Amino acid sequence: MSQLRINELIPEGRLLASGHLACPGCAAPLAMKLALNALGANTIVVMPACCYTIIAGPWPQSSLQVPVFHTAFATGPAVASGIRAALDTQGKFDTTVLVWVGDGGTFDIGLQSLSGAAERNENILYVCYDNEAYMNTGIQRSSATPWGAWTTTTPAQFPEASNKKDILAIMAAHNIPYAATATPAYPVDFIAKVNKAKAMRGTRFIHLLSPCPPGWKCGDDEGLELARMAVQSRVFPMVEVEDGQHWRVTMEHAGDPVEPYLRRQGRFRHLSGEQVTHIQREITARWESLQRRAQAEPLVPAGAM
Amino acid sequence: MKKVMVGNHAVAWGVRLARVEVISAYPITPQTQVVEKLSEMCADGTLPARFIKVESEHSAMAAVIGASATGVRAFTASSSHGLLYMHEMLHWAGGARLPIVMVDVNRAVGAPWNIWTDQNDSLSQRDTGWVQLYCETNQEVVDTTIMAFKLAETLDVPVMLMLDGFYLSHTAEPVDVPDQEMVDRFLPKRAASYKLDVESPHAFGALVKPDAYMEMRFLQQEALQQVPQTLAAIEKDWQRMFGRSYGALEAYRADDAELLLVTSGTVTSTARAVVDARRAAGERVGLLKMKMFRPFPTALLRDALRGVPRVAVLDRNISPGHGGIFAEELRSALYDIPDAERPELFGFVLGLGGRDITPAVIDEVIEKTRAGVVPSREDLWVGVNP
Repeated sequence: MSQLRINELIPEGRLLASGHLACPGCAAPLAMKLALNALGANTIVVMPACCYTIIAGPWPQSSLQVPVFHTAFATGPAVASGIRAALDTQGKFDTTVLVWVGDGGTFDIGLQSLSGAAERNENILYVCYDNEAYMNTGIQRSSATPWGAWTTTTPAQFPEASNKKDILAIMAAHNIPYAATATPAYPVDFIAKVNKAKAMRGTRFIHLLSPCPPGWKCGDDEGLELARMAVQSRVFPMVEVEDGQHWRVTMEHAGDPVEPYLRRQGRFRHLSGEQVTHIQREITARWESLQRRAQAEPLVPAGAM
Repeated sequence: MKKVMVGNHAVAWGVRLARVEVISAYPITPQTQVVEKLSEMCADGTLPARFIKVESEHSAMAAVIGASATGVRAFTASSSHGLLYMHEMLHWAGGARLPIVMVDVNRAVGAPWNIWTDQNDSLSQRDTGWVQLYCETNQEVVDTTIMAFKLAETLDVPVMLMLDGFYLSHTAEPVDVPDQEMVDRFLPKRAASYKLDVESPHAFGALVKPDAYMEMRFLQQEALQQVPQTLAAIEKDWQRMFGRSYGALEAYRADDAELLLVTSGTVTSTARAVVDARRAAGERVGLLKMKMFRPFPTALLRDALRGVPRVAVLDRNISPGHGGIFAEELRSALYDIPDAERPELFGFVLGLGGRDITPAVIDEVIEKTRAGVVPSREDLWVGVNP
């Protein structure tokens, strides 16, 4: 029954060709396929430096069947602003300009450009697929890396010492029409958010949790399950914010303990029981803070998840 | 139509007449009046362009890159640290072969802070794949801004034009504003060879491996090498329609000169007056103005300087640890002229950070060149207090 509904809710499409270059188990191509099928062929993709620079395919090939402009690390939102302006002067108001970029290009080096575009309320859709470190260069910490995680620049003896930056709150504080979290592990929720964003004008931001088996040190077949565990344990709640004011939790979260989520990943293997308890406390505090500003209202019926 | 205007407004008029479609810029002294005037023109509808007021120069260049890749005519302007902040994206525009035109109002770079003119900002961008043209007058600024788009769009190369901070940017001069209908005939709407288009999807700038990257650089080099002859053809049209032209190089009273000054930017005008005075006194002193620095007009320079006994190069810039940049590149361009015809070249570093280059300073350059003063460093510093 629910299988049938998923097929109905996920649009068909061939805008992502086979033959992309993602690592086994990478969630980003699944997310790209879902997003492109929802947005359709009238879409231009801006691709700053990120894993997808490689995944999309080297010249003269491209696994994306829509126009792509590859650009330097910090420039996604600015290049998209220029493309948007040029399209508008040509009367092409209905073409979607999609910025597709990782956590480093969003949380760190691209944040100024993103803030500028959001402040100007540029008519663009920005998707950050967040695998929680600089994975393309070989797993170095970013400001999206969670507290306690191992990366090659935060060795197990001295793991990540900062909390993950709250990018959704930062973007919501720009009072943009739409900001949301999502993950390809809940495709129906993700598609619903893409469709909702597509119908709006102005800056729309989707923060996507995108598991990375080599970086998270998990099996190739475990990524999506881990992403679901991240949601259900409230590590990565499913939320949307309209106009920076109206916060909504978009699905039920079981509130599972975080420990099984952490223990399944090599990047957290070194954590002591005390450290796990600390993480659990932080998650609970953040969830309570979210509860204070959000209403619970599933975007799609629970049966369709 | 004649109007009196400062150099920065001459830039804005050029942009307006070229019917630029997307502008993105960030304010910086002494470029600020360019963005102010363009904002006014966009607001009152005399320039129906989209002006994206970005949060940094890095984003300004990124935005015009996006616009240009989508097939429209795009423009930006900056100075000094703003230009340096664009550096990464200047390379991207050059490599992507996007016909963007930008203006750099030449200003010194820090540390320490200095807002006055020299050429170190633009010359430090010489390897980014942009054409570089240095202007002397506000008339030349208007005309060159328009011609720059024609040049850029003919060869798919970005063009940067320079005017000296304050000496030109904030100095009012009479300018004959070209007629819009004639400009439209000279420069029709851009017809992009390649663009982002959902009807014909392509990926731009994807990873290119060692088997093809070099070929792309070779094609870029070939395009840049065509700039001198292409600009000459464009200037011929301009001359025919508007009665003015400038040249990549301009020789002024250079026939039979025993000593030739090589200049760029506004110091050229001062040097013209000095040359006039020397010629009136019967001295064989002339001038060669270098408008084009990139591509380096090697063949034209060899022709212009072959057989001239002594050449004095005035550099309002310094490559620290080496010397004046025009002089260094000229030495290399003249190297394979046979000894008997190769000029003796003297390099002078002067006017840094907005220090005046007066007729007296140029007289000193002439006397030192005549005396054959061999510099203790690569080039002689003039007007510096040791």
